[in-house]
Amino acid sequence: MVKVSSFAELETLRKSIVARRDPQKAMITVCGGTGCHAHGCEKVAAAFRQEIEQQNLAGKVDLRITGCHGFCERGTLVVVKPQDIFYQRVKEKDVSTILSETVAKGNVIERLLFTDLATKEKITRELEIPFYKKQNRLILGNNGSIDPTVIDDYLAVGGYAALARSLQRMSPEQIIDEVKKSGLRGRGGGGFPTGIKWESTRRAHGDTKYVICNADEGDPGAYMDRSLMEGNPHSVLEGMIIGAYAIGSDQGYIYIRNEYPLAVKNAQIAIEQAEDYGLLGKNILGSGFDFSVRINRGGGAFICGESTALMASLEGHVGEPRAKYVHTAEKGLWNQPTNLNNVETWANVPLIINKGADWYSKIGTRNSKGTKIFSLVGKINNTGLVEVPMGITLREIVYDIGGGIPGGKKFKAVQTGGPSGGVIPESLIDLPVDFDELTKVGSMMGSGAMIVMDENTCMVDIAKYYVSFLEGESCGKCLPCREGLKRLREILADISEGRGEDDDIDLLENLSVALVDGSLCALGATAPNPVLTTLHYFREEYDAHIKDKRCPAGVCKELITYCINNEKCPGCGLCVKACPVQAITLTGKKKPAILDQEKCIKCGACYDVCKLCAVDIK
Amino acid sequence: MKKNKMVTLTIDSRKLQAEEGLMILDVARDNNIYIPSLCTNEAVEPYGACRLCLVEITTARGRERLVTSCLYPVEEGLTVKTNSERIASVRKVLIQLLMARCPDSEVIQDLAKRLGVETTPFPLEDKNKNKKCILCALCARVCQEVVGVSAISLVNRGVNRQLATPFFEPSEACIGCGSCVYVCPTHAIAMEDTGDKREVRWPHSQMEFKLRKCKVCGSYWIPERQIEHIAQVSGTSPDDYDVCFSCRE
Amino acid sequence: MGDENKELEETVGQILEKYRHDKGMLVSVLQDIQAKYRYLPKEALKQVCQGLLVPLSQVYSVATFFKAFSLLPRGRHLINVCLGTACHVRGTDKVLEKIERELGINAGSTTKDLKFTLETVNCVGACALGPIVKVDEEYHGEMSTDKVVSVLKSYT
Repeated sequence: MVKVSSFAELETLRKSIVARRDPQKAMITVCGGTGCHAHGCEKVAAAFRQEIEQQNLAGKVDLRITGCHGFCERGTLVVVKPQDIFYQRVKEKDVSTILSETVAKGNVIERLLFTDLATKEKITRELEIPFYKKQNRLILGNNGSIDPTVIDDYLAVGGYAALARSLQRMSPEQIIDEVKKSGLRGRGGGGFPTGIKWESTRRAHGDTKYVICNADEGDPGAYMDRSLMEGNPHSVLEGMIIGAYAIGSDQGYIYIRNEYPLAVKNAQIAIEQAEDYGLLGKNILGSGFDFSVRINRGGGAFICGESTALMASLEGHVGEPRAKYVHTAEKGLWNQPTNLNNVETWANVPLIINKGADWYSKIGTRNSKGTKIFSLVGKINNTGLVEVPMGITLREIVYDIGGGIPGGKKFKAVQTGGPSGGVIPESLIDLPVDFDELTKVGSMMGSGAMIVMDENTCMVDIAKYYVSFLEGESCGKCLPCREGLKRLREILADISEGRGEDDDIDLLENLSVALVDGSLCALGATAPNPVLTTLHYFREEYDAHIKDKRCPAGVCKELITYCINNEKCPGCGLCVKACPVQAITLTGKKKPAILDQEKCIKCGACYDVCKLCAVDIK
Repeated sequence: MKKNKMVTLTIDSRKLQAEEGLMILDVARDNNIYIPSLCTNEAVEPYGACRLCLVEITTARGRERLVTSCLYPVEEGLTVKTNSERIASVRKVLIQLLMARCPDSEVIQDLAKRLGVETTPFPLEDKNKNKKCILCALCARVCQEVVGVSAISLVNRGVNRQLATPFFEPSEACIGCGSCVYVCPTHAIAMEDTGDKREVRWPHSQMEFKLRKCKVCGSYWIPERQIEHIAQVSGTSPDDYDVCFSCRE
Repeated sequence: MGDENKELEETVGQILEKYRHDKGMLVSVLQDIQAKYRYLPKEALKQVCQGLLVPLSQVYSVATFFKAFSLLPRGRHLINVCLGTACHVRGTDKVLEKIERELGINAGSTTKDLKFTLETVNCVGACALGPIVKVDEEYHGEMSTDKVVSVLKSYT
């Protein structure tokens, strides 16, 4: 690679990359995101490679492994270009047919198309699928078309133009103004205005200033940062370089969870390639500006998503937060002014510089601008990553994009904001989703996890789940968080296991207040949210557990029994084989099985294995 | 030496003058205003772990919030309430959590009484589990910041946290000075000298040290390891410590 | 000194060298050691403390703080059951219990034959496919209790 040493050279390079590419040439893109990995995309890609060679198509068709498309549930995803035919659930065995039929003859293979559940219609193009239709994929859009390990792919779609523009035509103050005017707020959870944060760090006094990209996405159920880091790492890097220039920093860090190996790898490749082109390092694009970026891997601690804990970890200490009476913009990493933003926030920056704050601020609501990526997961038909303009309603996300609840079950609630967020009931489904509206109903934006729950989800169990999660993730430094979460979990366990007492609700509330008021950092201070919101919106479910010793959703093991439905059970014996404790016996051919409640350990194996739904939960 | 600027603030309706840069807790104590706290000691930097010193403040600009007084520096026009209803109810839960954690700690019992709390609603831990340790880390911080040997630290995470030497084994770094014993607010660390032997017992690990005998009075007065350490950092000879401090005077 | 110890010392030395003995890279150093040995041997931690000039107590605190690290030898295959929210609402608890019964161990421990170590992880970020069980680098999506045995059998 040749170093690019001026703005003109960057444009020349871009033109030559584009000129070398024939948009009419056949190309197969295979999604290489983690979701598709779990579906076996590596085998599909390998099969394509082999078949292309065997059918002597090497010069005629290109193969590209791209980032995550977001529609993870339907993997492995394959798009055939230039026609843009979208195939889903592609397996190795489909590869030769795709090449011989679609690539060679232009025929569409019906069985690999997506079928709209509502209309039963087969859909050929990705963007016509209801899942994508209401989305506005400004940030995620390029994920599906570029190979994240090839910087030229990013340059071909206009990458690093915002950086060139910033360095060439804008002063640091102008950039900060533009970001302030855009209304961009931090996507990591807090929603603090990005431009103001940058300005404070720029104004702070220090020998060195640092910028950090927080990619320690620890929120269970959220994976948009992973997808961006894996699928389009240069967009994040470009944002960081622009930010560093605006702030006056020459050293950046990307702190990535080690649980995300592909993201670590792709970010590392991106840094090396950007260095090779001279987009990172000394005298970037001949502007005189120096900036380098280093990757640090997290060690599996949710608390390290908290900025001061993350910085402690970067210094080689345990991830303990400290009080932020002195802001990290003044004294952060190694006591120097430090600006930390999350992955998605950084990825918004090039867009704002390219298209302008005026354009950007037209998207979204009054105080929440732009788009937000949500991970729509749980009890929902179309699971995956969705990028929508701020202000879209929960109903549109759950029903129009998500396709509603599977198995004809009833929608019950949606949990947003992860362990710090809250549960939003069905009655609020027309809520417009933005920072302020979510906070108003007791939840929060968080990093954008959206977990859909149906009638079979127990709210006491959900509260217990989040509290246990946080109990395991509390660093243990401050008393209310360490001891309080343990007690909250014990009380919730008592309730879900049938030992709940009337006073428990008061105790839950008192403890929650102490955590909110008394905790050192946001982990403890927001930890009661799942408890408080479930108590607020689903009080009757707590009462059922405490007073009637009953779990209405049929989840809490100690409060339910598994029964064989005599009318449905044909006596096939599948459950008999599945039962680990020989609690089920057959009495004869075509006679229903008998379940011995004394022996039953309520593991649910019979329920899972029965194909005729002849095991009931009572 | 340049003297710091003075600021005026109000704590519990008392108008006070204080040096800029001091923490609210220090200023309150200097003026005989009681704020409970278990994890502070003037020998080390404030840490903010026990949360008992929580106070309610209103800034000059009218912003109201709860802050830990050990970590919040005084500022011009600050109004502080050390014992509002809100603070009292949070402190009550905090001390109840501690009562359940360390049921045999007299220090905790006494503090609870002082705060007007009689009982805890939480199940009591077995007293051998935490052994009076409240994880304030004063011992580890003194060991690092003052003694400079970092022999002990908090290990594991969250509810499983414990104060210990690395691997729960005798530490090569520990000099047996006993500073951790002196700063522990709940007497969770014990130290015993018998003959030429000193024993230090932390809640979950322990160590023995050989003591040096004073050539004059014959009493065993200091661990050999501490002498090695002092000699090393001060550039003196270990032989300089054959006579105990009392006999030298 | 045995060959094994010498090999360990050399490997840890190379890792320290790779990070230029920068104490800010402590977590990364430990990760590389763990990637190589599947756990953090005591001797390695002592060498790290000398190599980075940080107290052993700090290295031990960090090694016991982060969930990814193990101070005990682990099995040939590492099973990670995802306990993320998406997996939870789709019944990952039942899957975990089934694996525990099949292997006869609880989460956080290793089988006697050192074949499997069973651990849990808070979200691997493949939420659309929950419940997820990750064995070594392989993801098994949409897991249920009846798939457990065949997944376990596929590892030798």
